[in-house]
Amino acid sequence: MAPAAAGKVFPDAVAALADIARDGMSVLSGGFGLCGIPEHLIAALHQLGVRQLTVISNNAGIDELGLGLLLKSRQIRKMISSYVGENKEFERQYLNGELEIEFNPQGTLAERIRAGGAGIYGFYTRTGAGTQVAQGKETRLVDGEPYVLETGLTADLAIVKAWKGDREGNLVYRKTARNFNPVMATAGRITVAEVEQLVDVGTLDPDHIHTPGIFVHRIVQGRMYRKPIEQRTVRKRSSHAVVA
Amino acid sequence: MPWSREQMAERAARELHDGFYVNLGIGIPTLVANYIPAGIKVVLQSENGMLGMGPFPYEGEEDPDLINAGKQTITELPISSYFSSADSFGMIRGGHIDLSVLGGMEVSEHGDLANWMVPGKVVKGMGGAMDLVAGVRRVIVLMEHVARDGSPKFKPSCELPLTGASVVDMLITDLAVFSRPDRHVGFDLIELAPGVTEAQVRERTTARFRSAARAKG
Repeated sequence: MAPAAAGKVFPDAVAALADIARDGMSVLSGGFGLCGIPEHLIAALHQLGVRQLTVISNNAGIDELGLGLLLKSRQIRKMISSYVGENKEFERQYLNGELEIEFNPQGTLAERIRAGGAGIYGFYTRTGAGTQVAQGKETRLVDGEPYVLETGLTADLAIVKAWKGDREGNLVYRKTARNFNPVMATAGRITVAEVEQLVDVGTLDPDHIHTPGIFVHRIVQGRMYRKPIEQRTVRKRSSHAVVA
Repeated sequence: MPWSREQMAERAARELHDGFYVNLGIGIPTLVANYIPAGIKVVLQSENGMLGMGPFPYEGEEDPDLINAGKQTITELPISSYFSSADSFGMIRGGHIDLSVLGGMEVSEHGDLANWMVPGKVVKGMGGAMDLVAGVRRVIVLMEHVARDGSPKFKPSCELPLTGASVVDMLITDLAVFSRPDRHVGFDLIELAPGVTEAQVRERTTARFRSAARAKG
């Protein structure tokens, strides 16, 4: 969609979503676990109270954090994810039949979104061949090996989180907070990005931009990021072990 | 005496070769990183989007933007790089990773692996396991030889839903090591934990496997 006259920058997350959030929409939500999640945009969807959402996200947050917030308020009807092990509320709603889940292998999920954003109908992959993931899907043998047809995935809305962004919507992610954010940014009919630092155009080195601004329709600067840690693991300065 | 979890990880680490790119699963496989043999350099891949995974941070130096696939805080190394989930699984699916070490619930004599769901119990999802077994060149499974109730986990065919069909190259349990030269043949018993006999292993296994006369106990 064309940017508003004021450009792509919105004053806050609620303002960026107020006129586009609606019941029953599909939403791509970036992040891996709680790392790199669009925490302000998720909170804005919570505040706007839209319901019956189909949310495509690798995980479902944890209780009351990340997408856990929208699960607790029953705003999500269906999740498309690869792993949801950390969320008790999810478990409860799923077992009660209140929530639908479609599991995709993590790489298949990422590639479906990449394909969706790149205008590719589908692709054949070895992942999931011979498992229940392949049930009901076309499979073909290539050089004697089975491949499963998986289709591209887009959504009405993509919400992503980056470290830095400029007024053109160019984005730079930080460390493993990148994860699903760049592919999801390409696959939303409207993509809204939140950033820790909103900088002037010309500040970011064009050679170092991860998501070109064409994919980002709206951008907001988040304030006071919580950035929770799920598994705080540390080592003692005397220890030789590199993991617990 | 059966191997401990640490000894199983140490045994798996002997399969590492210099220059390998390796993905370690959650649980016992993670411990393999503690036993990388001296003189061997491997690069650890974390499927959430990092190559060159470093050790856990010192207390106070945790960074919420820097985690591994188990959501644990980690550190970076001079060789590290970051990338998107799509690129990460391109590496995995595209056969660029040399070795994957994963946990298991069941392994069949045909090398099928089940490690992601138990019907009737809470389903958590497969995460990246299906992509790893489909794309990584060599797959090693680390698991206890029998379930808590004593029933075999290395069996003629898996009863649990599969993660992948004919994908396991080596199985390391607390009792023994099984290996196969390629994915069209069955497994050979190649090593026994100290003091464990082949007869004891066979008592606890329903899968068919070939005895190796040279299997050392």
